[in-house]
Amino acid sequence: MSNIHILSKNLGYRNYFQRIPGVAMMLMVGIFFFGILSKDFLSVSNLTNIGLQSSILLLISLPMTLVIMTEGIDMSIGALLTFCGVVMAYTLSVTHSLPIAICLAMCSGLLVGLINGSIIVYWKLPPFVVTLGTLGICQSLALVVTDGQSITDVGEIVQLAYNGKVGGVAIPLIFSVIAYFITYFLLYQTRFGIYVCAIGGNRESLNLAGVSTNFYHLAVYAFSGLMAGVASILLTARMSAGHPTAAIGMEFDAIAAVVVGGTSFEKGNGWLLGTLLGVLTVGVLRNGLNLLGVPSSVQVASIGLLVLVALLIDSMKMKS
Amino acid sequence: MPIFPNLKNSDELSALFYRLFVVIFICIGLSFLSEAFLTVNNLLNVLRQASLLFLMASGLTLVILTAGIDLSVGANVGMSACLAGTVLLATGSTTLGFLTGICCGALIGLANGLLVTLLRLPSFIATYGMLWILHGITYYFMAGATINGFSKSFRMIGSGYWFGIPVPIYMMLFFLISGSIFLRYTIFGQQIYALGANPVTARLSGVPVTRRLLLVYILSGITAGLASLVFLARLNSAEGDIGEALTLPAIAAVLIGGTSLFGGVGTMLGTLIGALILTLVLNGMNILSIDGNLQALVTGVIIIVSVLLDLILRRKSVV
Repeated sequence: MSNIHILSKNLGYRNYFQRIPGVAMMLMVGIFFFGILSKDFLSVSNLTNIGLQSSILLLISLPMTLVIMTEGIDMSIGALLTFCGVVMAYTLSVTHSLPIAICLAMCSGLLVGLINGSIIVYWKLPPFVVTLGTLGICQSLALVVTDGQSITDVGEIVQLAYNGKVGGVAIPLIFSVIAYFITYFLLYQTRFGIYVCAIGGNRESLNLAGVSTNFYHLAVYAFSGLMAGVASILLTARMSAGHPTAAIGMEFDAIAAVVVGGTSFEKGNGWLLGTLLGVLTVGVLRNGLNLLGVPSSVQVASIGLLVLVALLIDSMKMKS
Repeated sequence: MPIFPNLKNSDELSALFYRLFVVIFICIGLSFLSEAFLTVNNLLNVLRQASLLFLMASGLTLVILTAGIDLSVGANVGMSACLAGTVLLATGSTTLGFLTGICCGALIGLANGLLVTLLRLPSFIATYGMLWILHGITYYFMAGATINGFSKSFRMIGSGYWFGIPVPIYMMLFFLISGSIFLRYTIFGQQIYALGANPVTARLSGVPVTRRLLLVYILSGITAGLASLVFLARLNSAEGDIGEALTLPAIAAVLIGGTSLFGGVGTMLGTLIGALILTLVLNGMNILSIDGNLQALVTGVIIIVSVLLDLILRRKSVV
């Protein structure tokens, strides 16, 4: 037990100092670059805005880090987020009850996460193809529930979850901080986190040590689905509507944030703070390009390039 | 070459027969459910749709045979179609349009191949990144506009008839035959199987792994480019989101066709039957006027189920 513990600590913190330059430099360069090019970029209101905009992405990038650490991937999370948002908006329009809507959104996220996880874990199918399948399914369901239209009849209260403040701090930021610390605690302070590292690093020996690997592996995907449900609260609040294509493709931003943050696709090598910085990098890039009047299509392409550059640097580091 | 799949292999043959039964079963079922199904027009329409799907899926089959994946085929079709369409309208030359479409597809394939071989990125993440880059560029390039009105000679390849049969069907047959010959009777083809079945032994027995992988991704790009031309000719218009909904069906067609995601197992004929099954299902949903929004759901379920079946059958054959 103690050996596994030390091992996972090493896995978690390995290259700690090597990595800081990578992501943090990119973030610095981004802030510096956009700060010079656009006057509005460094204003307090804009920086707060970046924080708010990044909160949804952070909520789905945190579990994505865990999923990628287990050598998996969750392609469905963008479509799932959309689906949960639509479920929430639909429930709100029917019952006008916020607790029921939140509950249903989180339950449907959890359910799809459990389905993803069960198929991947118990039937041992490749994660990307399973979640690609559920991506199609969630997208379709979101369209069917809304019949291709926006659901705007969601009431006023829900907007508070995005615009409201508690003690002067915006609620999305509170969501982000809580989610970060919960994930941090899970990953670095509990047995669950140790096993997550080991599932990606050396599943065989974990099995031989008598750990029910399947259970913990399933839990990772369930967590991912649940967090998509939580993120959908913010999404619905932000748009104060349920739209069937609201977050389509957001899984790519999440994967980008995780990869840029230095989590690699092999050997359970993940870094949570890196993901936070990665999310901010993606947020800064999007926001900065927006201020410069770059069309959103090019923003998408530039995030693709960001990922490829990050992977390129990663693979060069591996070689050296 | 006894270890490679061929029609003399009884397992391979029975797998194909199972799938043919599924095709026949669906056809019989649909003709009972709706009178509109069993008409010459509808059947030709199904075949034409299947041929487009098969064109994309044929290159993808090669990639999946090497245990990789190309998620960018849909985006590739979109970008090639938009570029080729623009060139066609600007120059009026069918040849130049053709060249643009195919070269664009091939270049994208080459880029994918380089990412996978030189940088050793997992193929699904490299091609997924490529997907979004291509979408972004295509949207930007088209700027929301729709282009249409191509010359009649160009539209022949998509909507023309030859002896009463749509031209794409001839292309499908040509690709089926040449693809099967390529896979079974050439060294290239055999090396692709070897590479997918076990990359280490393939490398040790002298297969030039990097070059073969590059070739496979380029071929996948070329078939996507070609498919984009057929698509363009049939729709007679192009806009930025043209290829968005094509990736899932192409992957589904390959997987239903019995090509294993784990590499080394699969045939062109299987992919053709896979494309037929998927097209029949979607066509049937259309005819029975089932909500079109459900098509992605059905495709998603089919993808998961066919990988699962493949896995179960493989486990059985190993034990």
